[in-house]
Amino acid sequence: MTLTSVFNRLAMAVLTLLGVGLVVFVLLRVVPGDPVAMMISPSATPADIAALRAHYGLDLPLAEQFFLWLRDLLHLDFGTSISLRRGVLQLIGERLPATLELTFAALVFGILAGGIVAVAGVLLRRTPLEAVMDFVNGLFLAVPDFVWALALVLLVGVLWPIFPLSGRLDPALSTDFYTPFYLLESLARFNWTDVGDVLAHLVMPTLALGLPLAAVIARTLKEALGEAMVQDYVLLARLKGMSETRLVLQEALRNAVGPTLTLTGVQFTFMIGGTVIVERIFAYPGIGNMAIDAVINRDLPLIQGIVLVFGALFIVINIAVDLIADRLNPRQLHG
Amino acid sequence: MTPPLVSIEALSASSVREGGTPVLRDVSLTLERGEVRGLVGESGAGKSTIAKALLGILPETIRITGGWLRFEGRDLLTMPSGELRAMRGRDITLIPQDPQTALNPARTIEAQLTDGLRMKLGLRGTALHARAIELLEEVQIREPDRVLRSYPHQLSGGMRQRILIAAAFAPGPKLVVADEPTTALDVTVQKEILRLMRRMQERHGTAVIFVTHDLGVVAKVCDSVTLLYAGKVIEAGTTADVIERPQHAYTKALIAAGPRYDRPGQGLEPVPEAIFRQLRAELAGTAAKGAP
Repeated sequence: MTLTSVFNRLAMAVLTLLGVGLVVFVLLRVVPGDPVAMMISPSATPADIAALRAHYGLDLPLAEQFFLWLRDLLHLDFGTSISLRRGVLQLIGERLPATLELTFAALVFGILAGGIVAVAGVLLRRTPLEAVMDFVNGLFLAVPDFVWALALVLLVGVLWPIFPLSGRLDPALSTDFYTPFYLLESLARFNWTDVGDVLAHLVMPTLALGLPLAAVIARTLKEALGEAMVQDYVLLARLKGMSETRLVLQEALRNAVGPTLTLTGVQFTFMIGGTVIVERIFAYPGIGNMAIDAVINRDLPLIQGIVLVFGALFIVINIAVDLIADRLNPRQLHG
Repeated sequence: MTPPLVSIEALSASSVREGGTPVLRDVSLTLERGEVRGLVGESGAGKSTIAKALLGILPETIRITGGWLRFEGRDLLTMPSGELRAMRGRDITLIPQDPQTALNPARTIEAQLTDGLRMKLGLRGTALHARAIELLEEVQIREPDRVLRSYPHQLSGGMRQRILIAAAFAPGPKLVVADEPTTALDVTVQKEILRLMRRMQERHGTAVIFVTHDLGVVAKVCDSVTLLYAGKVIEAGTTADVIERPQHAYTKALIAAGPRYDRPGQGLEPVPEAIFRQLRAELAGTAAKGAP
């Protein structure tokens, strides 16, 4: 991908976000549910309600509200949360790093687990073990993230309590973090107690989010590896005396990874959607968990802000996937 | 007395899928060190099966039913897989048929050319690079430095075949199996590649099994030839003998089927149906003899 096309993609991204913003903005105001009704006391007079509406600008025409919101966005002002009475951008800034650490952990887990299963499956092809692995993988493909979350709560919470089931950090650890990136910061400080604790808290939600991804990667990559393994160049490499493992890793993998990469990008965006429920189940203080509260409270500015951030994440992931795919394909690199 | 480099004795094989149809019937041939032998036949004649058996890559659908396949006196069919793998790529290498698909699109030419040197001869670093350049010069590739850095899609088919030839001769093998190495190339390039193969073979004193369906190619590069039909050796001998004085009617018909550039009015005669009837009768005869 050339610099111009990256620039074009970014320009398209702005348009896409504008569309996302418009749709969310209008939908939130068309569907039933009044943010003001959620926050007033039963004793409030109609005058109180009208004053509150005017305070949040909810009495203005829809188009005017939208343009005011856009104008503020251009100044990086995402508005103020109605329920939490704090800046939306500030709230997102506090919560997004938790979600990024979680989704990144789940992505790494999914790629590693799926990759290992795929390579093992190809090495074991035409053995009885392959059929067993394919069957188990099929089961894993069918189980969505929130079912994993519930199953893990049951397994680890009730039967075998080895990992913490809620939160992000043991409250007993009174470390003061300067950034909301707990994992990165404790790593950078070489504070291994904190690293261990943050990781332990990540295990359960990471498994819930990462297992479906691992299953998809395992299936797709194994298929592609199997196809690559019967190519002439692999046969020739085998005749050079390479071991089967090396044939898979050195000859087949790079040629087979393309479709998996694209699919991983798609799945990764689904996974970010999945954080909403999974973070809720594990009381993980991320942006997805906050999204549910925002929706329950009809917190319009916060919902809009979160949706925009999700949209931006989707776009960034897609551009990143395309850039990586280009890197891996020598045809495009040197064409 | 040292045994011949390759000696195939009464090798028989059959297809598992097609109800045990024989694909090789009592094939015997020997190959001395430094000899170039053509294996000629139409598709299904068994020439590729012999090549694959030598390389140890017979598909699971083909089963050896009898005979021996010896390399330097040792039976390849019963050799432990570890020893076979050690020998592959060092003593026996392959020049594949299609240079478009035989190079890995994701690896540089240098990496693929030097696999054998790294794995079998243990060369590393500058010595490896210098040897890679030498190899490319040997197969007459200009700008070897640029080519080594290239990926396969940046090179022409003839260029890739030169690289595959260089890679096959690189570890100093005793036997190179060439599987129709010019079939996928332009006619103009074919001639250069044949000449190059012959020169490489002579320089290194390597024995070559040359699988082809083209008697014209055999006449150009092979010392001896084995002609197969339906898995049976029809005729074998030195190239000059077989082409000048063919004994079998099928060989004569095949030679007549080749184009005659010197006499444009002749050649390109299809093999007469009567000869196929004769071949089938001979095959039935051996089958009846072989039955208990």
